[in-house]
Amino acid sequence: MSNTTSDDSLITTEVQADSNDDRAAPAAGTAVAARDLDVFYGDEQAIDDVTMEIPEKRVTALIGPSGCGKSTFLRCINRMNDMIEICRVEGDVEFGGKNVYDGDVDPVALRRKIGMVFQKPNPFPKSIRDNVAYGLKIQGFDGDVDARVEESLKGAALWDEVKDQLDSSGLELSGGQQQRLCIARAIAPDPEVILMDEPTSALDPVAASKIEDLIDDLAEEYTVIIVTHNMQQAARISDRTAVFLTGGELVEYDDTAKIFEDPEEQRVEDYITGKFG
Amino acid sequence: MTDSTESPDLSRRGGLTRLKEGTYGGLFAACAAITLLTTVAIFVTLLSDALVFFRSVPIAEFLTGINWSPNPAGGGQAFGIIPLLIGTLTVTITAAFISIPIGTLTAIYLSEYATPNARSILKPLLEILAGIPTVVYGYFALVYVTPALKATLFPEMSTFNALAASIMVGIMTIPMVSSISEDAMSAVPDELRQAGYGLGATKFEVSTGIVVPASISGIASSYILAVSRAIGETMIVVVAMGAQARMPEIQEALFGIPFVNPADVLLQSGMTITVAMVQITGGDLTGGTLPYNSMFALGLALFAVTLVMNVISDIIAQRYREEY
Repeated sequence: MSNTTSDDSLITTEVQADSNDDRAAPAAGTAVAARDLDVFYGDEQAIDDVTMEIPEKRVTALIGPSGCGKSTFLRCINRMNDMIEICRVEGDVEFGGKNVYDGDVDPVALRRKIGMVFQKPNPFPKSIRDNVAYGLKIQGFDGDVDARVEESLKGAALWDEVKDQLDSSGLELSGGQQQRLCIARAIAPDPEVILMDEPTSALDPVAASKIEDLIDDLAEEYTVIIVTHNMQQAARISDRTAVFLTGGELVEYDDTAKIFEDPEEQRVEDYITGKFG
Repeated sequence: MTDSTESPDLSRRGGLTRLKEGTYGGLFAACAAITLLTTVAIFVTLLSDALVFFRSVPIAEFLTGINWSPNPAGGGQAFGIIPLLIGTLTVTITAAFISIPIGTLTAIYLSEYATPNARSILKPLLEILAGIPTVVYGYFALVYVTPALKATLFPEMSTFNALAASIMVGIMTIPMVSSISEDAMSAVPDELRQAGYGLGATKFEVSTGIVVPASISGIASSYILAVSRAIGETMIVVVAMGAQARMPEIQEALFGIPFVNPADVLLQSGMTITVAMVQITGGDLTGGTLPYNSMFALGLALFAVTLVMNVISDIIAQRYREEY
């Protein structure tokens, strides 16, 4: 990130988290909580003793420089790190009050409750309909699949653009449409939490802004946890912001407005104003 | 080409560089041309000599005749391809029943389930399987597979039989299916697997519902290759299946379609198109005789069968293609 700040002043133009005012301040329940979480890749520590509570039906942004562990943290929530052989997790990640790393937790069942959207749009090489219905299919959904597909595509603000071509391949869509298709696919099985790992970093600014609007809408129904490199984006769309810095340390975690206007930590202020990272 | 002294030097390189570039291009094109020319030359030779043959033996007689005895010494000379075609199709289809499922499942295991360690041991082992000379497979079929089958499942089996040969041809072609299919599956972008796992798919669901459909065209070409290889296989069949152009008993059957009892074909000796060709060259052969020319007609038929198989599997692959 190269922020063009001439002096020590914080970014002021973009910080007004105005779009989020409609979600009232009183804290909602906790959707996801980490307690004393450490993650290692071999001998390398990626997350260092992180404890945080993520409110439900809010947008929580995880920001920080490359390699700060924010994506690793995100992937602990739905145990996508399980697939990395050298990855070792200590501590608790609670979802609905249950530690997802308990021995009796099936990661497959967990991931059915927690949707995920990736950095690069990754629709399946299947039709638009089959993409959205995939999660329903594997979960044995016995309701009206077409209705749910329509509802999900509407929820992802894609329905009007694709309603006449549901049988054509998802790969024929533009990058931004593909990413919204991936969002539709993630919300179709009606998860409680949606994890987004830099969902707009591979998109052009117009497509990215559509996704941002969509994220705001999604928080009406879902808990959204988003990793982003883009601080302005975090300021625009999130209610809460967690700043990770190198070494996997959670340096500050607060309301977004507070983080961007008046952070407690000098290091956070330096990062946000572009002094480093 | 403008050459200005002020602007940076953008002029063409010297003649030598250009000559070298041109030579490389020409060399590569020549190598490609050799392959193409060889194929065309083989086809033209097959066709012209086969046409000579069809002047003496009508093409309809060749395609529908149920007797194959090219040697004029042994009484009536007959050039009917049907018994040979039955032999070839029996071996090919039976072998495909072995190589396709085992090869595909092996590929799924190697690509999706195996740990890197297991893969690094298994892949070279499979490639060794592909490197065994086919005559070894042939003797293995004759000396071990047939006696084992005879002692257990089919006591009435003849010493030279299609089943043992087909099993060995199937085993021989497993590595082709597994290796090429595995390459195709490994080439599927990991993001697609991640997407599947992120939606709560199990490993089995990701493998069968995402990876296999996304790599189906590669998998299909592995089948084509394995089947083509089985059609053309000669050594295993000549050793283990014998060389008797036997016509199985045709039974009148359901819906008026004549059929052949599979046991009558599989457990007995038989002859494939390739073996018939070998047998002709094995005798005291003089060019220009009818048996000599029949070899080219057989070659052409083999060529046609392979071509049809290729086209069919191409159509199937197109139909189910999910390109990423």
